[in-house]
Amino acid sequence: MNLTHLLSIHDLARDDVTTILDTAEGMTDLALRPIKKVPVLRGRTVCNLFYEDSTRTRISFELAAKRLSADVLNVSAKGSSVSKGESLKDTALTLQAMGVDAIVIRHWASGAARQLTGWVDAKVLNAGDGSHQHPTQALLDLFTMRQRLGRIEGLRVVVCGDIVHSRVARSLAQALALLGAEVTLVGPPTLLPPHPERWPVTISHDLDGLLGKADVLYLLRVQSERMREQHFPSVREYARIWGVDAQRLARLPEGAIVMHPGPMNRGIEIAADVADLHADVIAAQVTNGIAIRMSCLYLMLGGEA
Amino acid sequence: MPASARPAGVVVTAEEMRRALRRMAHEILERNEGADGLVLLGVPTRGVPLAERLATALGEIEGAPTPVGSLDVTLYRDDYARTGPKPLGRTALPVALDGRVVVLVDDVLYTGRTIRAAMDAVIDNGRPAAIQLAVLVDRGHRELPIRADFVGKNLPTAPDEEVRVHVTECDGADEVVLA
Repeated sequence: MNLTHLLSIHDLARDDVTTILDTAEGMTDLALRPIKKVPVLRGRTVCNLFYEDSTRTRISFELAAKRLSADVLNVSAKGSSVSKGESLKDTALTLQAMGVDAIVIRHWASGAARQLTGWVDAKVLNAGDGSHQHPTQALLDLFTMRQRLGRIEGLRVVVCGDIVHSRVARSLAQALALLGAEVTLVGPPTLLPPHPERWPVTISHDLDGLLGKADVLYLLRVQSERMREQHFPSVREYARIWGVDAQRLARLPEGAIVMHPGPMNRGIEIAADVADLHADVIAAQVTNGIAIRMSCLYLMLGGEA
Repeated sequence: MPASARPAGVVVTAEEMRRALRRMAHEILERNEGADGLVLLGVPTRGVPLAERLATALGEIEGAPTPVGSLDVTLYRDDYARTGPKPLGRTALPVALDGRVVVLVDDVLYTGRTIRAAMDAVIDNGRPAAIQLAVLVDRGHRELPIRADFVGKNLPTAPDEEVRVHVTECDGADEVVLA
């Protein structure tokens, strides 16, 4: 497998995804050891370049790089020359001049990661660009499904909530379809994609009707920060119609799992008791994120630099 | 089987491999005065079934099972920057390594670089009392100051020759082929 950049699930073949998941499998052993570090990326430098706030993704990439013995730089828009008006291109050229081997970028603009590849020799990993893609999140979700349910092919996955603003939903739907799962998107019409025919999915507005046959219920956060207009009348109404509480949860078949990419809005898309009841799967998503990002860095940074 | 009846290229037959592993098991016991405190770790891919066979032999001789597992060294190799990523193997440690005698098991000892990586991997997993090395074939051409404690067969080779160890678990037959 020769992965130059990781920008979008769209760029990956089925075998690439399987290789990333299998390699991540080998990385999970490391978390159980007293010395959680291997020397493979010694001497390589990874820069986390974050133009948007993030807790888990940035820390997860940082831990992944450190566990592989890479040196890590963290640059966030706040507190760097970005706040003095430096353009993405000039920041990129600065990093290029400093000789970093990989740039992990999160940006509010869709397409920023791909644009970056034109300016630097470093490998670029997209850690979320606008409402476009978040490939490592989708990969860690697939990994968690495979770990918990034993397979991905044929799984029935219901993704519920704010789809239109969600880079997670876009990456996840593509990745699941690539590996042969059935994806249904459900949510209020105003938060579903305007051109669903471009997505490899089924669209529905009946959450309760879907729950009885779901293997995975994947809940998305309402992304108020990306909304420029009113998409639903009130948070209370959203929670009542689309939020998952204990009563809804009871409709899921035995063995089905509830997933959430975080951060959760307790009481909106997920009731507090549901979040607590399914805390182990949601925590596994976070733990598996480190293994997936180690896998991607390992697969991308080998060979002649 | 007399040497003349061997298929071309076969330097160790199934029967010879069985006897060599049996002898190595005896040597391991002799050196360590029994099997107490031993743990065998095979280096994937073919070191793992060989370690399992040595463990079985030790168990038959001593009457008590010896812990056996696998130790992947891919993330400790020194050729990542040159040749790129390789698929990861499994690491499965049957017991904590602290205070134990770890016997690393591999199919072929050549440059010694795999074993250098394996020693680093062992030490990141604990502090064993000692590390010993058992290999089915020692083909020479070391690039590091490493030698094996237990050798199935010393096989003088030219650098351009290829030594292939086949085991039933991976390849459907037990033999060593020189090509």
